[in-house]
Amino acid sequence: MGFWRKRPKCALRPLHLNVEEGEIFGFLGPNGAGKTTTLKMLMGLVFPTGGSARILGMDINDSTVKAQIGFLPEQPYFYDYLTARELLEYYGRLSGVVGKDLSGRVEKVLGRVGLPDVGGVQLRKFSKGMLQRVGIAQAILHEPKVVFFDEPMSGLDPMGRREVRDLMEQLKAEGKTVFFSTHILSDAEALCDRVAVIHLGELRAVGAVADLTSGVQGKVEIIWEGTSVPASVKALGAECHITGDTVRAVLPEQSQDLALDVLRRERLRLVSLVPVRTTLEQYFVEKLKRSEKTVGSLA
Amino acid sequence: MNSRIATIASNTFREAVRDRVLYNLIAFAVLLSGAAILVGQISIDIEKLVVINLGLTAVSLFGVVIAIFVGIGLVSKEIEKRTLYTVLSRPVRRWEFIVGKFFGLAGTLVVNAFFMAIGVFAALLYVAHKFQKPDGWVLVALYFIILQFLIICSLALLFSSFSSPLLSAVFAFSLFVIGTFSEDLRNFAGMATGLTKWLATAVAYLIPNFSALNVISSVAHGQPVSGQLIVYNTLYALLYATMALCGAILIFQRRNLK
Repeated sequence: MGFWRKRPKCALRPLHLNVEEGEIFGFLGPNGAGKTTTLKMLMGLVFPTGGSARILGMDINDSTVKAQIGFLPEQPYFYDYLTARELLEYYGRLSGVVGKDLSGRVEKVLGRVGLPDVGGVQLRKFSKGMLQRVGIAQAILHEPKVVFFDEPMSGLDPMGRREVRDLMEQLKAEGKTVFFSTHILSDAEALCDRVAVIHLGELRAVGAVADLTSGVQGKVEIIWEGTSVPASVKALGAECHITGDTVRAVLPEQSQDLALDVLRRERLRLVSLVPVRTTLEQYFVEKLKRSEKTVGSLA
Repeated sequence: MNSRIATIASNTFREAVRDRVLYNLIAFAVLLSGAAILVGQISIDIEKLVVINLGLTAVSLFGVVIAIFVGIGLVSKEIEKRTLYTVLSRPVRRWEFIVGKFFGLAGTLVVNAFFMAIGVFAALLYVAHKFQKPDGWVLVALYFIILQFLIICSLALLFSSFSSPLLSAVFAFSLFVIGTFSEDLRNFAGMATGLTKWLATAVAYLIPNFSALNVISSVAHGQPVSGQLIVYNTLYALLYATMALCGAILIFQRRNLK
């Protein structure tokens, strides 16, 4: 081992995952978590050492299923000697779209990804963002039922990201299933019906964003009139900021009643009490920290 | 040919054309017209012999170089640039990809050889002023050269399916050189004894027999080529190329595209 063949690396531990028809499903994880490997396995580009996967009820090795799926790889690169139109025609033919139907779909999809006027330009003249758009176009050209996007927002400016988000929502409205990997959590939060979190090749959590984040220890923000922070409030672990004649404190949810008791005792006037919503990012960081601790303690 | 293979083949051809592979025709035309004018001035009665020898050897060498250097990148470049990901995520089987690539490159080489053949016949006409019946055997020699291209394309694809482009080029070119002297290897095997005889015989049968596909010299002398040789060479080249392609497919089917 090691001289003739590379040492095998376990990229993915057993992964049990169901994606419902018609939903936008986010596949989240830090770099090297196994997101791209999972997608490559589903596309038949790498072979798993065990297990099985089905798309639309068909085995992934069944080539007929591939006519019904679209795939955008991470940082796509295309034949740069072709024009955008030629490339899409090529992919369309490989997916079984031919004739007038093909040319109609190519023009339509070029418009849909915001490239209606550059169909005749060779891809070597395209910017990274434009190539990403062409990548999305080739993935949806043959009107697949399920679309897999690997980091679809990568390389796009804020406008481009917004357009891709809109496009994914349109695909959902058309009844298509969208499965996308990302490490941009705000995109996942804004788009996904459900997400899965993967780390070190292992699935850590699956569920709706709201359900996942509700499990995280919440915080509350309390604002009152005053110029000082009572010591007993500080003792509750509050992060306090004094601005003019108001004090803003953020503290754990379970300390909220104790803090209010202190304010009443000290006769300080309460301005507001608002729960601080846990973002997916906070959830994600906490989850990964916990899993790293587990791995560390096992080691 | 199924439509996916035809689509991949035509794209491979288009890539070769746009990568200016056919520009070699210009170098070939310059070489051949220069040689024709030169031999017309310095050789007596052997102008045709020189032009046919030089022209067909150039067709063969130019084609072999293209077959090797384009062939070795056909699979590895697609993996390296990850263009293969979007192809294989469609209803394209891996064997269809390999076969499509093979036909694309073979088509490029046939078109290339066709234009070069026109050049050879034009040079022949220039030095001899008219065509004679034995000149028809030049077409057979060209046909054998195309059969050589098919074998080399398939070998380049075979090596490309598991090795790096540089090593693939070394392997393919080495096999071409050894294959050109395969007749000598067979003669050596006939004279050797013991283990050496077995080894030399095995190698002689394993490597492609390019010397049987080379009739340039006899054709240049106006000697005919037997129908039996044409049939044997055709069957041999098709069988050898098919075997090499099957090997490439078997390896590529199991390959993880990382």
